[in-house]
This record gives sequence, C-alpha cells and structure tokens, in this order.
Amino acid sequence: MSDKITLEIDGRSCKAALGEMIIAVADREGIAIPRFCYHPKLSVAANCRMCLVEAEQGGRPFPKPVPACATPVADGMKVQTRSHKALEAQRGTMEFLLINHPLDCPICDQGGECELQDVSMGYGEDISRFSERKRVVQDEDLGPLIATEMTRCIHCTRCVRFGAEIAGVRELGATGRGEEMRIGTFTAQTVQHELSGNIIDLCPVGALTSKPYRFSARAWELTERDSISPHDSVGANLQLHVRRNQVLRVHPRPNEAVNETWISDRDRFSYQGLNAAERLDQPMVKRNGVWHDIDWTSALKLAADGLRAVEGDTIGCLVSPRATLEEQFLLQKLLRALGSGHIDSRLRQQDFRGDASDPQRPWLGVSIAELEQQKALVLIGSDLRAEQPLLAHRIRKAALAGAQVSVFNYFNVELTHPHQSFTAPPGCLLVELAALAAALELRGSSDAVRELIGLAKPEDAHHALAQQLRAARNDGNGLILLGALAEADPDYTLIKALAEAIAIGSGVRLGYLPSAANSTGAALAGALPHRAPAGEVLETPGLNAREMLTSPRRAYLLWDIDPAADVLDPALAQVALSDAQLVVACSSFRTPALEQHAHLLLPISAFAETSGTFVNAEGRWQGFQGAVAPPGEARPGWKLLRVLGNLLELEGFAYDSARELRTELETLCANSSFDNSARALRPALKVPDIDQQLMRVGQVPIYASDMLTRHAAALQHTPLGESIAVHLHPEQAGELGFAHGERVSIRQGDATATATVVITDSVPKGCARIPAAVPGSETLGAQIGPVALTKARG
Amino acid sequence: MLQRARDYLNSLLLLEVLKGLRLTGGYLFKRKFTIQYPEEKAPISPRFRGLHALRRYPNGEERCIACKLCEAVCPALAITIEAEPREDGSRRTTRYDIDLFKCIYCGFCEESCPVDSIVETDIYEYHFENRGDNIMTKDKLLAIGDRYEERIAAARAADAPYR
Repeated sequence: MSDKITLEIDGRSCKAALGEMIIAVADREGIAIPRFCYHPKLSVAANCRMCLVEAEQGGRPFPKPVPACATPVADGMKVQTRSHKALEAQRGTMEFLLINHPLDCPICDQGGECELQDVSMGYGEDISRFSERKRVVQDEDLGPLIATEMTRCIHCTRCVRFGAEIAGVRELGATGRGEEMRIGTFTAQTVQHELSGNIIDLCPVGALTSKPYRFSARAWELTERDSISPHDSVGANLQLHVRRNQVLRVHPRPNEAVNETWISDRDRFSYQGLNAAERLDQPMVKRNGVWHDIDWTSALKLAADGLRAVEGDTIGCLVSPRATLEEQFLLQKLLRALGSGHIDSRLRQQDFRGDASDPQRPWLGVSIAELEQQKALVLIGSDLRAEQPLLAHRIRKAALAGAQVSVFNYFNVELTHPHQSFTAPPGCLLVELAALAAALELRGSSDAVRELIGLAKPEDAHHALAQQLRAARNDGNGLILLGALAEADPDYTLIKALAEAIAIGSGVRLGYLPSAANSTGAALAGALPHRAPAGEVLETPGLNAREMLTSPRRAYLLWDIDPAADVLDPALAQVALSDAQLVVACSSFRTPALEQHAHLLLPISAFAETSGTFVNAEGRWQGFQGAVAPPGEARPGWKLLRVLGNLLELEGFAYDSARELRTELETLCANSSFDNSARALRPALKVPDIDQQLMRVGQVPIYASDMLTRHAAALQHTPLGESIAVHLHPEQAGELGFAHGERVSIRQGDATATATVVITDSVPKGCARIPAAVPGSETLGAQIGPVALTKARG
Repeated sequence: MLQRARDYLNSLLLLEVLKGLRLTGGYLFKRKFTIQYPEEKAPISPRFRGLHALRRYPNGEERCIACKLCEAVCPALAITIEAEPREDGSRRTTRYDIDLFKCIYCGFCEESCPVDSIVETDIYEYHFENRGDNIMTKDKLLAIGDRYEERIAAARAADAPYR
C-alpha cells in the first residue's frame, strides 16, 4: 500500500497508515501506553493526558510531551513511551488525577478491574502530597440499571461521547469547568437508551457501575464463560461471569463482525431472569387441578404415554424461536416421527398465505457489518430499536455516513439519526408501500399488487425515495428490510409481495429482520411446518402456528413459551389449550398461564445452562457451552428430547452430546445457502378493505420479548419496561371521546382487557397502539387486528 | 590397658549417672518455668493469633465493608463472604463465614483488612461440641468482637508502634 508510512516506537519500527494516532499504532504493536479517555470506538478527546509520550519528527523533538491519542503519526517519527521525560509526564498526570479520586477501592465495585487502579500501581506514588480537602460530588440517579458514584469520576468523558456518538441520545453531559466539572443528566432524568449499559464497561473507574450487580462479587472471584445472546437475531457474543454456579453479570465479548464491542441492555441484564424465583426446577403434574412435584422418570413416562395415546396427527407443537438449533431439530424429529408435521416457531406471524411461495431460507440479505455500507435503507414494519438494538446501531452508522433511511411503520419509531417516516395504520401501510412501487413505475406481478398500485397516489416523498433507491442500485448498496412487526400484519404476504416487487423493480436487495435469536436457524432445523431440516421444502406442509390454534389439536407440546405472551393471539391460544386433552409444557419458568393450561410441566434449562447453537440473522452459526448448571431438577432441553425419543421408541435419538447433533446438522446443511427470492409467484390475494376501522397494533416492547427478559427485575423497572396502555392519536381520542389517563376497555372479538389511554402524536389516526406480551395483555387477541374501545365501567 | 581399667571403674561407680543427676538436682533449686495450666496462664504477645473476631466502630457500626480482601488472601480458603447493598445503600456482608477447621491462623486476613475489622484475638481456648460449630458465622464473630473489644483494642495499641 502506498499510503503506508514507517515510524519508530520505543525503537521498534512500525508500519502505519497516514492519519492514524500514535496510540492506535502502539496498541496494534502491543506497546502499552496508559490511557483513560481514549477508546478505539469513540472520538478522540485527549482530556485525560495520561497517554503523554515523547516524540520527535525529522530529528527535532517536540517541545513538550504529546498525547499519543491525539497525535497523528508521520513518516520517520520517533516515539518514546518509556523515556524519562515520558514517564515523568505520566507520573505527574497520575498524581493530578489522584488528587480528587477517593481512596475507596475496598468498597468500589470496580476494584480489581479498575484502569485507574492498575495504572496507579504502575505510575502512582505511595503517598499523596495533596493534603487539602478532596472534591465531593452528589450522585445522580440514572435508573435501575446503572449505579453512580460521581465522586470517583475522572472526567474522561467516555460516557458523554458514547451518548453522543454511539447511542445518538445525549443523555449525559459535562457541566462546569475545572474542579467544578460534573458529569450528569442536566435535568435528573434516568438513562433509558437501550445500549446505555455499555457506559458501565466504558467507565475506566468506578463512577458508573452495574446496579443489579452492585456489591455482590469481586472481579477476581468470577469465572468467565463465553456465550451467545438468546434474545435478538444478532447473537451478540457474551461473556458470562459466574461464581458458585450463578451468573452474576454479563459482559460483551468483542466480535467486529457481530456486536463490535457493544451489547444491548437486554443482553446485559437479562441474566437476572436466570436467578428468578419463578424458575421451574421440578417436573410437575396437575392432578385434579392441583400441581404436584414428581420425579423425572414418572414425568417422562406420563409424557410419553400421553403422546402415544393420541393420534400423531392430532399433536401440535409450538416452539420458541429462541430454542437452540439442536432443540428445534430434535423437536421436529420427534414430532415427525410421531406422525405429525404440525410444528412451528413463527409464533407471532398472522398471515401464512405466502408459505408456498416464501423464500426457502430467508435471512438478513447482507452481512451485519455490510449494513453500515448501505446507501439506502427501507425498513418495513419494524420497531427497530426495540427489536434489534445492535442492528439499529449499525443502521445508525450507515445513516451518519450518508445513507437515506426510510421507515414504513404503523407508528412513529424514534430513531436517533435522520430518517424519513411513512406512518400509516395496518392496511393503509400497504397503500403507502404501493405508492412507492407506483413512484418506481412498477406494474406488479399479481392482481392484488396491481390493484394496490392502482389505488396509490405517490407523493413527493415517495418519488424522492424511489430516486434514492435507484441511485443506491448502481453501487449495489440498497436494502429493504422486513421487520418483525410486519410479520404480525394480517396481510403480511401482500407486504412481502410489495417489498419483493419494489426490491426487484428498483434493483436493491431484500432482507428479513428475524425477531429472535434462532428464527433464521428454525428453517435449517426444520422447525417450520413447511420446511424439513436444512430448509428442504415439504410439499405437504403441516399446520402452521395459527392453524394449530384455530383448528385445535388434542395434544400440544409447548417448548419454552408462555401461551399468554409469546404468541400472536394469546386469547385464541389459551382457548385452544384449555380444550386440549394433553398439554405438555417444557419450560424454564412457571407462569400463571402455563399453570392454568398445562397438564405436565417439564423443567428445561435456560440459555446459559445448556450447550447449543444459534444461527443469527446473517446466517452465522454460533455455538456455546453451558456456563452454569440448571436449577434443581431442570435438564438441558436436548437431553430431555433425547430421552423422550428413546422412551417413545423412535429411531435416531441416540446422541451422546449436543456437539454430535450439531455435526449432524452441519453435514445436512453443508449445501444450503440463504436466499431471499420468492420460490414461486405469490398467490392470488384479495386486497383488504382499507376502511377507517380502528386497528390495534401490538408491538412487543424491548423488555417483553421473551420469558427470560420478562423475569429480569431491573429491566422491568426501566422506563422501557412498558405495561399495557392504549396509545391514541389526539384526533382519534377526540372522536372516541377519551381523555388522557382515562380507563377504557379493549375488545378484540371475544377477548377483552382494560387499560389507560395515552394520547400521543406518534400513533397515526386509525391505529391504537396496545403493546403485546406485557402484564395486562394476556387476555387480548391478535397483535394486529380490529379493535373496539369503550369507556370502562365503574 | 590403663584406659580399659579406667572405664571399668567409672561404670562400676556409676559416675555418668551421678553427673546426670547433678544437673537434674541443680534444676530442683532453680527458678521454675512450669505453670499450673489452667489455673495459671502463660503470658502471650499482643500479636498472638487466636480465635477470630469482627470488630465494630465505637458508634456500634460494624467495620466490615465486604471488600473481600481477606477472602482473596486466605491461603486455606477458609473464608466465605457474600455481600449486597444494605438498606441505607452501604456495602455490607450478608454472610461472613470462617471455617476454623480450614483456618491455619496465619493472620493474613487481619493484615489485609483495610478497616481493622477482622482480627485474630488472643483467645486460644475454645472447642466445638456439635458438627458445624467449626463455622464461625458473622453473628458469632461480631459477638466475640463485642465481648473482647477492650482486649482487642489494647493488643492493637500495644503493637501499633511496631507496625
């Protein structure tokens, strides 16, 4: 490379690119320079002055030591990081930093892993010459996740820069100067960005620490175990910190291709659920309406006998899209060996008319890192920051680099970067999409799409977006993403057909944002009614998640789901389950709905307690090992299925390890590649009546996404831990005669619930945003569907 | 020949035995070192490392701040600590156990303690009657500290000039 230059650091000759800072080159070469404010992922602030080094250029030394983090390298530069002058400068800085830093290491949670502590061991003096009073700063309350001890702050401003540059929300800021400088939230707010937990890792001292972990352990007591996040489809690489068989905290494991160095708060704090009191730790059976503990042998025998007693075809299986690849694979094997093809992990999908024409193995469409290079991004039906916090960050990076981001959604999504919103209630959103197609002068391949395009009247915004997509086509950097909320749309197939038409017509790529950790893997494991393992197409598909409930089965096998929260239509699910002859629930938690509807509860391990594999949105297989033992009698899911398969005398359940299972799957999937193009022409569909009927849109709030998160106490206490409410547009509320804060009863068919009205501009007219999977929504119907609101009586 | 005769005479007169008895007899009239334990007790150094105790500040607040340095330094892994924020937000232990069967009385815990909370007292007379009594819990340790605070403080004061 021509732009490579050579410089010398501590006598070692190093290659570097022009514009790089000395500290970055030194880091690469393994030369340690002490620092507090520098972080490779943040902008350079050069305000801690700890990284002072001696440098000379062209034989002329710099008059003063220079900060290595803010001095660009030059050809022929000579840098001394350990010379007398450099060390003197570093020692002096250290003394200044320690002037106001309290000597409370014994009660500081950062003690033992503190950058200041480490550096002061190397550069600090034994005694302080400062005999005046130390500075004391009042603490801020940053909410239930982050504990503060602002007296310890050394003003590196990493947290401030994180908010401004990574999160995109300036939640923290520095006020005052010199000794009066304070880091705080200006107006005593809590920090509520979904990535804000990362400032705990960034803080080089103990000023910002984890509140749930507070005082519970010391760094040296913890064992690090690698793992993979079980929540969103990024599969963030985690490090579980374990002590005495208990996960005490979670840190990110850097992986540039997946999560860089960040993880979302959901990944970081959901471990609390592992230690929750509601964990199921004993096989249980319901006799005459009362739950009794039983041993595994009898429990498995009951399950096997029960499943044998009903005809294979009458068994339905709803499996969590967060189950590991191995568990999903064994489950479908069990089900299909019993003669039932009714297994589905798309629990939040409403419209399955596209199954026959759907892509064989849908995926993100690009790699996660490539998201940053996109020039035009269109998001359809996605509450992006709640669904995929880390992908939202990648998309933010793309937007800041100049990408045009447009969002088609049922309500306004708060994004932290410039974007364009096309907000419309369900049904009308189709017309919005059709307007984009019309602006692209597309005709549409099927009648319904043609009809929709005919209905649409493209406006300037649509034309501008069409222009952006066409421009992005030229360098292949345009992407249309279908989010998880769109899946719940009653006309998902039409949305897909339109998105495909737009993608093909404008020449950009199409991608799916799968909702959960192993949604992409479900196709490879065969945990779908229309896909065999390796994503092979089944010509006679089984019943899908919705059909299993609308035409009730006699027996149900539930895998790590709560029928009151983890399905599209909790009301329908609970009716179907209550009529069933046998409901076997394999779950890691006891929930009221499971206790009410199941007949047999089998405790299985949660994510940190089993080995397995998740396939993330970009199709990356990420395996992990169990870090702790499951509580009580709970057992890893794949072992339970192995024994159940053997008890039912089925072929092919003789596995010794989860590794063996994975190897088998890898061999099966050796030739399967991901592809997002539709397999066949979309079926003839009817355009829905687009009228002014009030529609519910039930997005899943970020901290309601799965059972583990719902049982993590600290997350539930954050402002993002939503509870049920009816969010209405002011005009809509006016028409219905509701005031802010009024109690209303919600009716979806036979399903009812009551909630408080919240009046907000973020929801369009014709749409009522009523979150799903939150306390109070258990009795409601489909996430997206017609809804009637009346004043609550009494 | 002469030597053999001298040896024979010595053994006949039991001279060696008498020499020995003279030394023994000499001690009969010297100052005695033996003490009548348990009625009498030997003096001990203020640095004596006996039974452990947890101390309090004069205002009654327990000193221990759950920094876990003693747990980390303990070569016999005899100390087990669990901690969490107390109601007032301060860092406190919820469990502080010392297994006296494991403890080797090295005194490292005492040396590592930044707040002089865990100390080894001069108590060396104790016994266990029941299984499990060997585990000194936080309550037991604090009780010992409360009871012998004066002695503990005096021992610390006596040793302070040499630290």
